Order: sequence, then structure tokens, then C-alpha cells
Amino acid sequence: MKALLPVLGLVAIIGLWWLATIVFGIESFLVPSPADVVASFAELPGYLLEQTLVTLWEAVFGFAVSIVVGVPIALLIVGSKIMERMFYPLLVALNAVPKVAIAPIAVVWFGFGIESKVLLVVLVCVFPIVISTASGMKSTPDELAELFRSLDATRGQEFFKLRLRHALPQVFVGLKVAISLAVIGAVIAEFVGARAGLGYVIYTSGASADTSLAFAAMTLLAIISVGLFYGLSYLERKVLPYA
Amino acid sequence: MIRVERVSQAFGTVGALAGIDLEVGEHEFVAVIGRSGCGKSTLLRLIAGLLTPSAGRISVADEEVTKPRRDVSVMFQRPALLPWRSVLSNVLLPIEICGLGDHRERAHELLALVGLAGFEKRRPHELSGGMQQRVSLCRSLIQSPRVMLMDEPFSALDAITRSELAEELQRVQLELPRAVVFVTHSIDEAVLLADRIVVLSPRPGRIHQIVDVSIPRPRALGQAELDEVSRELRGLLSEVTA
Repeated sequence: MKALLPVLGLVAIIGLWWLATIVFGIESFLVPSPADVVASFAELPGYLLEQTLVTLWEAVFGFAVSIVVGVPIALLIVGSKIMERMFYPLLVALNAVPKVAIAPIAVVWFGFGIESKVLLVVLVCVFPIVISTASGMKSTPDELAELFRSLDATRGQEFFKLRLRHALPQVFVGLKVAISLAVIGAVIAEFVGARAGLGYVIYTSGASADTSLAFAAMTLLAIISVGLFYGLSYLERKVLPYA
Repeated sequence: MIRVERVSQAFGTVGALAGIDLEVGEHEFVAVIGRSGCGKSTLLRLIAGLLTPSAGRISVADEEVTKPRRDVSVMFQRPALLPWRSVLSNVLLPIEICGLGDHRERAHELLALVGLAGFEKRRPHELSGGMQQRVSLCRSLIQSPRVMLMDEPFSALDAITRSELAEELQRVQLELPRAVVFVTHSIDEAVLLADRIVVLSPRPGRIHQIVDVSIPRPRALGQAELDEVSRELRGLLSEVTA
């Protein structure tokens, strides 16, 4: 029954949507009915799945790069007050820049390929990962830090055996925020300059007023976002069974 | 084993300890007692090498203490166990940090010694406070330290568990004797466990008096002979309040 509830919610919303398009007689180029969206998908299933994989790959690749970049940045920030003072405000400023503004520049720098998409994904993902990792590490209880000091542990041991491990639940919070942003980052980049991906599909379908196709692409985006999010939650439960 | 010479410690302008002289023999159990804020814990941290004294000199095994030593173990007020590790791997943490060989057998022995055989695979949150502090005790014994420093290790426990653990510590000390400095504000614990009891006066902490306890072991809480020493200590502690 518990597993059925989300499905029930989904069915109810789709039902309402469908009903609304019929009752109000909304034109399908404004708001297509669920049937139009499905039909749109059925016309080009292979193509759409291919574009889905493109966006999925960009998001996952960028997300992975964000972890590889973000965790060491967090280590630096926690490890050195000087580093924190020097770079933390810059990081905040960077995060405050609207990523849409960076997207065209990314295309100028890296072209229409995957590189500009990954850059944008990293820009949106890295901040929550850095923040959650750093604050998790800083919240390590003093008594545990003192224990490690009393054992004459090295800094590396203190970081990896204690602080980073202690931060893990919070790291996962950051990762879950980041993974949802990753897909958005990829789509923004695709809007601005791409030859493939669901963002590209949505952008071009807008030009030809093919709203059903745009809805089909958005549905696929939603599916990958939800899939990634719950995949991560599953991983979290495996890694942190007691949290 | 431990030698504290004319040690003073100040935090800013606040004096925490002033002119402390103390020696602890190889298998001697010394309790340090005094009101809160008399610098008991500071003294312990200084011996542990977690703090550097403002003045004076501290040595362990004839070497000046400049940083934490691996043959000195510290047991804190709270168990300080890593929640993601099993009991066994918590006990083995010092071995891992110091990069020593396989001590699993010894860990099992120590856990059995404190009545925790069979709990090796449990996680700390599955244990009661008293059991957690027993695990912590095993952890501070695993590397066979020459010196054990205990900072009010039982103060966060309920009264019944406290006395159980105090008696257990006495047993452990009889089986595996070493130099112990035991900070407490419990007169009963001090009298039960110590060879000598250092009474500190507060602000800044000075040694008010050192009381020898020559009652043979094993002692038991509530034993009549202990009462006399307890009374003496109570008197000394009320003197230092003023």
C-alpha cells in the first residue's frame, strides 16, 4: 500500500490534467493532453531515448566531476583557516552568479560538445557538495577530535578516519541537492548551444511550436531526475544503514 | 613514571594551575580530586601532551612531554566511540592509528575482562552508557600503555553503574597494573581506587594536600576502613572551598 501511494498521486495528477484539457478545450499546442504527449514520444522513441542518454550522461559525468573537485575543496577549507578566508567568499560569489549567464561563455570556451555541459553541471553542483562536506567535517564532536589528538594521529588520519567519515550523512544531503541540480545544469547548457540532449529537443520544439514533444522531453527529464535522486537515496541507505 | 615539576598553566590572564609538583610511580594509582574548576582536567591534559604548560616541566618515562605519546592513553568523561564502527574495531582504533600489528586476540581478551564478550560486532548505539565506557576502557588498554590518564571517566553514568565500573577498574588495575592518574570529584571512587589522593584547591589549582591510602586491595565500596579516609578527604575538601 505504501508503495502504491506515489503511483496513486501521479495517476490523480495526470487524470486532472487530462480532464482539464478536455473540459476547457485547451489547444494542444498550448497544453497537450497526456495522450498527445505519449503519442509524441511514440513517434520518435529511439531518438528521444538517445537524447535522454545524452543528458543523463552529461549530468552524471558533471556530478562525478563535482564530487572529485568539491570534496578536496571542502578538505582544504576545513584544513586551513587561511584557505577558508581566501577562497570561501569567492566560492559564495561564484555560486551567486546566475548560471544561465555563464552558459553562453561556456559554449564559447568549450564549443557545442559535452565539455561545456559538464562545466555548467559542475558549476551548479559543486557548491552544495562543498558546503555539506565542509560543515559535516566541522561538526565532528570535540571529544572525538581530542581522542584522535591524544592518539597522536596524523592530520590525514584525522581527516579520513574521523572527519570525512563523520561528515558522510551530511555529504549525502549535499549530493542529493546536487544531483537534482545536475540535470537542470545540463539542460541550461543544452539550451544555449548543443546538437543533442533533451534540453536541445525542448529548445527546438519550442521553435516549431511542437509543445507535445517538449512535454515528452520534460517528462523524460523528470524521470531521470527522480531516478537519479532515488538511486542516490538507495546508495545512502546501503552505505549508512544506521543513519 | 610521571614527573610534574613546578607546573603552572594560565589561559590568558586566568590562572588554572600554579606550582604543581607531583610524581607517579610505575604501577601507582593516583587520584586527583577537587571542586569543579580547580584545574584537574587541565593537569591531565598537560600530562597527556594535549596542552603545553605555561611554566614548569612534565616528563613521562624520563622524557619531556611535548606532544601526545603513544604509550600514554587518555580516557575521557564520555566514551568517545566512533558510531560507525563496531565495538571491536573501536577497541582496535589506537592500533590502527599507530600502525601496529594484529591485536584482535588481545581486544577479545580485554572485552572479556570487562564482561563484554559476545558484543564485539555490536555498534556503540546498541550499548548502554556503562557498556560504552567499558569499551572505551578497553580501547585505552589495547596498546598496553605505560600511563593511563582518566578524566572523570564515570561521571556521566548513573550511580549504580558508576560503582560497578569503579570496582571493575580496580580489578583491571590489579590484573594489568600501570601508572594511572584518575581525575574525579567522587570521594568514594578516589578512596576505592587510589594509592595516593591529591587534593587540589581551586583558582588557581594548587596541591592542598596528598593523602596516602594504605588499605590493602581488593577494596570494596562501603568497606568500613574506607570511611576514615573518606571523612578525612571530606574535611580537606571543605577546607579548600574557603
